[in-house]
Amino acid sequence: MSRTAVVTGLGVTAPNGLGTESYWKATLAGESGLGPVTRFDASGYPSRVAGEIADYVAEEHIPSRLMPQTDHMTRLALTAADWALADAGMDPAELPEYGVGCVTSASGGAVEFGQRELQNLWSKGKEYVSAYQSFAWFYAVNTGQISIRNKLRGPSGVLLTEQAGGIDSLGQARRYVRKGFPAVISGGVDAPLCPWGWVPQIASGLLSTVNDPARAYLPFSAEASGYVPGEGGAILLIEDAEAARTRGAAHRYGEIAGYAATLDPPPGSGRPPGLRRAAENALADAGVTPGDIDVVFADAAGTPALDRAESAALVALFGPRAVPVTAPKTMTGRLLAGGAALDAATALLALRDGVIPPTAHVTGPAPDQQIDLVTEAREAPLRTALVLARGHGGFNAALVVRRHPDA
Amino acid sequence: MPTTSTTTHVTLTLTDLTRMLRESAGEEEGVDLDGDVIDTPFMDLGYDSLALLQVIGQIQREYGIEIPDDAVVDAETPGALLALVNAGQAGQADAA
Repeated sequence: MSRTAVVTGLGVTAPNGLGTESYWKATLAGESGLGPVTRFDASGYPSRVAGEIADYVAEEHIPSRLMPQTDHMTRLALTAADWALADAGMDPAELPEYGVGCVTSASGGAVEFGQRELQNLWSKGKEYVSAYQSFAWFYAVNTGQISIRNKLRGPSGVLLTEQAGGIDSLGQARRYVRKGFPAVISGGVDAPLCPWGWVPQIASGLLSTVNDPARAYLPFSAEASGYVPGEGGAILLIEDAEAARTRGAAHRYGEIAGYAATLDPPPGSGRPPGLRRAAENALADAGVTPGDIDVVFADAAGTPALDRAESAALVALFGPRAVPVTAPKTMTGRLLAGGAALDAATALLALRDGVIPPTAHVTGPAPDQQIDLVTEAREAPLRTALVLARGHGGFNAALVVRRHPDA
Repeated sequence: MPTTSTTTHVTLTLTDLTRMLRESAGEEEGVDLDGDVIDTPFMDLGYDSLALLQVIGQIQREYGIEIPDDAVVDAETPGALLALVNAGQAGQADAA
């Protein structure tokens, strides 16, 4: 029998709530964190709505020595990691020296820091570029800084599969647990709210140009017009169930029961996209059937074609309107590397409390999308949840989380 | 703001240096930069070579001087870095 990976700690930084319980309360209440971009001057761009974290004061969370060498993204990630460890009641120093690893997801790295230093280079000269530019912008920086700060010497890594990365990092963390490592800090936090992070997303053609925060991101609806980007994400502490029991971990949000990733075929191949296969493989990996899934946390791309593809995959797998589907990311925006990690954390909170958080701003699915879209918080006995994610470029990832008997 | 002219030489003091250390690289918890630190190795003050590179960059910008890259390795304490910078400045002023 292979080892079981359980989630014993959560740390959430999200536009509609800083800290796990604050986020969860806002999410159940349908409180959105979307609003006009304030972090930079977006007036010249066609898309001007974002999910910004408004109440984060870095100096309250980050030591002085780390301030000059960290981007906003890494500060949020370090804070979320601190919270996840505190939530789990774990001090990594009490575990074997090489026992605790760190695997996070990333997209473009610390783009705000990187943009500032490149602007210094080209407008003022090389003498004005921070020495910390050597690593602070780098896409592996969250894993690196979390590892250094917590003196982790176990296996580490970073996964770049755009919005699918949050799930892929949890899948990789589970691999390390199965190999015998007692704990892995995992998940993802991203912060692309600067021109460098904004322009590539506009270029993808997938960003909404509706600039009413309540109308900009309406996945699965007849008015779907693209997505809204946001910042933040979640860090999760993944532990070997036996190790968690041995150290007397206070709680388990659930078990990483199934994971799978697929790649879409190239455009024009005529073959179907890979999301359904990812979901099927994750269910098989968890040893469950579609009837065992109590709720689906959707990728919810927000563009009609991608929404229809996801709805079709869900209908093919579960049947029409056969399982509740939700997209609480309508309250945070899509968080790039942080998004699927936050969805996984949200699914675990739903399992804990027996309540499905709503898809905000959406009144119902478009007539051609036969899904049971949850638009108001719904209480339900929840044991097993499926989390789906798609990353730009053809990445698909699926995660099955299940309540754990030790909870 | 100190002059950036290379023909006027300004002596860098420990107070200047600790201010720039704080601004460029932050301050390690449990370290008091206002204490007697002039002969304390930078490593013991919580600064690695990258932090020194960062503060040397700030000194160069604020004072309009050039400091050899080797300073990061050669100057192991605040006192040594001050001596190196001020001697270099004197050298530049003499050359002018």
